[in-house]
Amino acid sequence: MRELDNMTVKSDKKAGCDPRDDSFDLKKTTLRVFRTNTAQGKDSHFDSLVVPVQRWTTVLDSLLYAKSYLDSSIGIRYSCRMASCGSCGMKINGIPRLACYTKISELEDPVVVCEPLPNFPVIRDLVTDFTQFFNHHKSINPYIQNLNYDKTEKIDEVSSSHSHRQSREEVDKYLQFSYCIKCGLCYSACPTVATDTKFPGPQALAQLYRYYADSRDAGKNRLNIVDDRHGLWRCHFAGSCSKVCPKGVDPALGIQLLRSYMLGISKDKRNV
Amino acid sequence: MTDNLYHDVVIIGSGLAGLRAAISCAETNKKLSIGVISKVQVMRSHSVSAEGGTAAVLFEDEGDNKDSHIYDTIRGSDFLADQDVAELLVRQMPDEIYKLDDWGMPWSRKTDGRIDQRHFGGYSFPRATYAQDKVGFYEMQTLYDTCLKFDNIHFYNEWFCTSILDDGNNNFAGLTVIEMKSGDFLIVKALAGIICTGGAGRMYSFSTYAYSSTPDGLDMAYRAGLALKDMEFVQFHPTGIIPSGILITEGARGEGGYLINNQGERFMKRYAPKNMELAPRDVVSRSMMMEMQEGRGFVHETGVECLKLDLTHISEDRIKERLAGIREIGIKFSGVDIVNEPIEIRPVCHYMMGGIHTDIDGRTEMDGLWAAGEAACNSTHGANRLGANSTSECLVWGKITGMLAAGYAHTHLNSTIDIPNDKILLEEKRIYDGIFRGTGNVNPYEVKKELTDMMDKNAYVFRNEDGLTDGLKKARELSKLAWNHVDDKAKEYNTNFVNVMELDSILRVSEIILMGALNRKESRGAHSRTDYPNRDDINFLKHTLAYYNKAEPRLAWHPVKFTQYAPVERKY
Repeated sequence: MRELDNMTVKSDKKAGCDPRDDSFDLKKTTLRVFRTNTAQGKDSHFDSLVVPVQRWTTVLDSLLYAKSYLDSSIGIRYSCRMASCGSCGMKINGIPRLACYTKISELEDPVVVCEPLPNFPVIRDLVTDFTQFFNHHKSINPYIQNLNYDKTEKIDEVSSSHSHRQSREEVDKYLQFSYCIKCGLCYSACPTVATDTKFPGPQALAQLYRYYADSRDAGKNRLNIVDDRHGLWRCHFAGSCSKVCPKGVDPALGIQLLRSYMLGISKDKRNV
Repeated sequence: MTDNLYHDVVIIGSGLAGLRAAISCAETNKKLSIGVISKVQVMRSHSVSAEGGTAAVLFEDEGDNKDSHIYDTIRGSDFLADQDVAELLVRQMPDEIYKLDDWGMPWSRKTDGRIDQRHFGGYSFPRATYAQDKVGFYEMQTLYDTCLKFDNIHFYNEWFCTSILDDGNNNFAGLTVIEMKSGDFLIVKALAGIICTGGAGRMYSFSTYAYSSTPDGLDMAYRAGLALKDMEFVQFHPTGIIPSGILITEGARGEGGYLINNQGERFMKRYAPKNMELAPRDVVSRSMMMEMQEGRGFVHETGVECLKLDLTHISEDRIKERLAGIREIGIKFSGVDIVNEPIEIRPVCHYMMGGIHTDIDGRTEMDGLWAAGEAACNSTHGANRLGANSTSECLVWGKITGMLAAGYAHTHLNSTIDIPNDKILLEEKRIYDGIFRGTGNVNPYEVKKELTDMMDKNAYVFRNEDGLTDGLKKARELSKLAWNHVDDKAKEYNTNFVNVMELDSILRVSEIILMGALNRKESRGAHSRTDYPNRDDINFLKHTLAYYNKAEPRLAWHPVKFTQYAPVERKY
C-alpha cells in the first residue's frame, strides 16, 4: 500500500486557529477588560491589552489569547465557543452579548470594551454569580407536570404504548421558547430586574410560558406562581430582553401571551 | 484541615450521562442525597453541542428492528464492540426516547404527530431520533429541568474535582474538590460515585469539543489505579469547519448533503459505493484524507487543505426546518450560507471511543464507583462509534449506573467512611506544592498548544510508527518542561490554576493514546496504521488497557465479548 500520511497541509500552518501566525492579514485591536476581585475588596479598573485579530476572531478568541500570552489572571467563564452552552455572556461595547458569538470585525470599533453582565453580582473580572438567576428559573417549576397523562388521548397506538403525539402546530407553540440557553443576557438587559430582584425576569417567565404552552403538560397552578406584584405584572415591556437574546427567543412575547391567558383574553386549556 | 461534605451518591460531571444518572438515582430512591459536581455551571457541559440525533429503534412496524441496530453498531465498531453491551444499548434505548418525550423533549415530529427519525451514517434504517439539529442541547435542557423536580438532587456548580479517594481497601470513599468561586479545597465523602466527565478532545488543537473537554476525569480515574481502555481509538468526524473546528452535524449528510472534491465529484463513490456519504465516520474521514493526498482537495484561506460539504441542492425550507443550527454556525463562524454555497470542511477530533474501563453495567474496578457516557469505556462502540449512538449511550448508562449506585448506597447507608489522611495530604501537596506554588518560566499555554498541535499531526486519521514514536518523544519532553506554575495568585475563581491542572492531565493521557496507538500494529476502525494497513484479528482482536505506573503506563490486553456475530470484512 502506498504510504499515506497526514501531511496534507500545504504549508506549516495548522488547521487550528493560531492568531500568533503573522503570515495572515494581521490587524490588531485593543481590549479594555474590566478587572476586580470582589472577595478581596479590590477596586475595579480596566486593563488594556493589544491582541491580533483575523477575519473570524471572536471576542472570546481574543480574550483567551490575552489570557494565554499576556495576562493569565484574567477571570473569564467559557466553554463551548459555539453559542450553545451560555457561559460567556458579558457586556461588550455596552451591550450584553456572548463573547464567542461576537466577532471583533463586526463591532467596527478599534477598542473592544469587555465588562461583566449588569444585574448580576460580580465574582471576579468578567465572571458573575448566576445563583439568583437560576433560583428564579427553578421557582417557576420548569418541568412537565402530571405524568398521569390521560391515556385515552394522544397516545400513539401504532408503534408504542408510551409515545405522545404532538402536531407541528402544537410543537410550534412552545418551540422558540425552548431555544433558551440560560446565558442571562435578557436578564442583564432588563430594566425591571435592575430595580426589583424579586422579579423572576424574562428568562424565567419565558420558560414558564414554554411549559405552559406544551400540550404534554397538565400543571394546574402555573400562572398563580407569578401572579403578584413582583411577578408577571411587574414587566413594563421595555423589550430589551428580546433584542439581546442570541438565540432568537422572544421573552417579551412569552410574557404578553402569559398575560393574555391570565386575563382570560386567550382561552386556557386548563381553566385556571 | 479541609472541610467535609457528604452525599450518599456523588456524580462527577453534569452532561447527559451525569444528569440522566442523577434522575435515575433520585427515582430509584427518594431518600438518598445526591450531589452532582461539575467543573462548569451544571447544564453547560459539552453535551449541549451534540447536534444530529439519538439512535433508537422506534418503528419496528415500519421495517426497523433491534437486531439490525445491534449488528450495525457491532459492524461499525470494526468488531471490537463487546456484543452483549451493544445489545443492551439497543434494547434499552426506545424507552429512553419516550422518557424524554414525557419530560418535555421537543422531538421533531412526523406530520401525524409521531416522533420523527432521520438517516445517519452506518445504519440500515433511518433511526436517528432528532430535534432539529440541536438534539444534545434539548436533551440537556430537558434533563436539567427535570432534575429540578427532585429535592434530593443537589448541584455544585463550578467545583473542580482533583482526585478520587478510596478507603485504602479499594472501596470508593469520595473526592477532593476545589470550589472555584471561593478557591477552597474540600473533601466530598460519599458511599457511591459515578464518573460522567465526558470526552477529552481538547488533547487535539483541531477539535469539535468545548474548551472544558479535557481529560481531568479520565486522569483522576487513572491516578486512582483504574484502567483506561482503548484510548488509541479517537474518532475524527468528517465535517469540522475551519479554523474553529466547530461541528457540522452528520445529519447534514443524513438530509442528503454531498461531499465534493475540487473536481466537483462526489468522491465517496470510490470508497463506499453503497452508503456513499453515509458510510461510518472512520471510513468517510479516511476517504477524505486520501482524496486530499491525491491532490483533489481545496485549500482554505488559512492554507489548510480541505474538501467541501454541499447542501445547495436541498431546499431552503428544509434546511430552515431541520438544519437551522448549522446554517447559523456556517454563517457566523465560516462566513458561508449553506443554502447558497458549499462549506469547507476537514476531519476533526470528535469523540473518544476509549475511556475508563467498565463492565457491561458501567462498574469500574473500584467498589462503589461507576462510570457512564463518553468518560466510560464499556465497549459499546469498539474501534469506531456510529453517529447518534453516543447520546444514546449516555442515556442508557446514565440510567443503569444511577440505579445501581442508588442500590449500592442504600445497602451501605450505615457504613462509616474512612479516608486515610495521608491520601488527602498527598493530593493537597500534588496540586498546591506541585502546581499552584510551582516555579518555572515555561508558559503552560504554549506547552498545551505544542502538545495539541503534535496530536493533530502525529495521532490523526492516519498514523505510523515514526510519527507516533516522534509524538511520544515530544509529549515526554514537553511534560518535563517547567510548565507547572500558576502566575495568577488569587484564590477566587482562578481559571489559570484550572487550566494548568487540565494541562497536567492532558500530558498524562495523551501519552496513553500514543502508546496504545504504537502498540496496536494493525488498522481497525478509527485507528489506521499506514505501516499496518490491515485488520489483524489473530493478534489484535482485543482491548487495550493502560494502568498507572510511575515511569510510564503499563499496558495490558482484555478480551472482547462475542455473542453471535463473527468478524467479517466491512464494506459500505
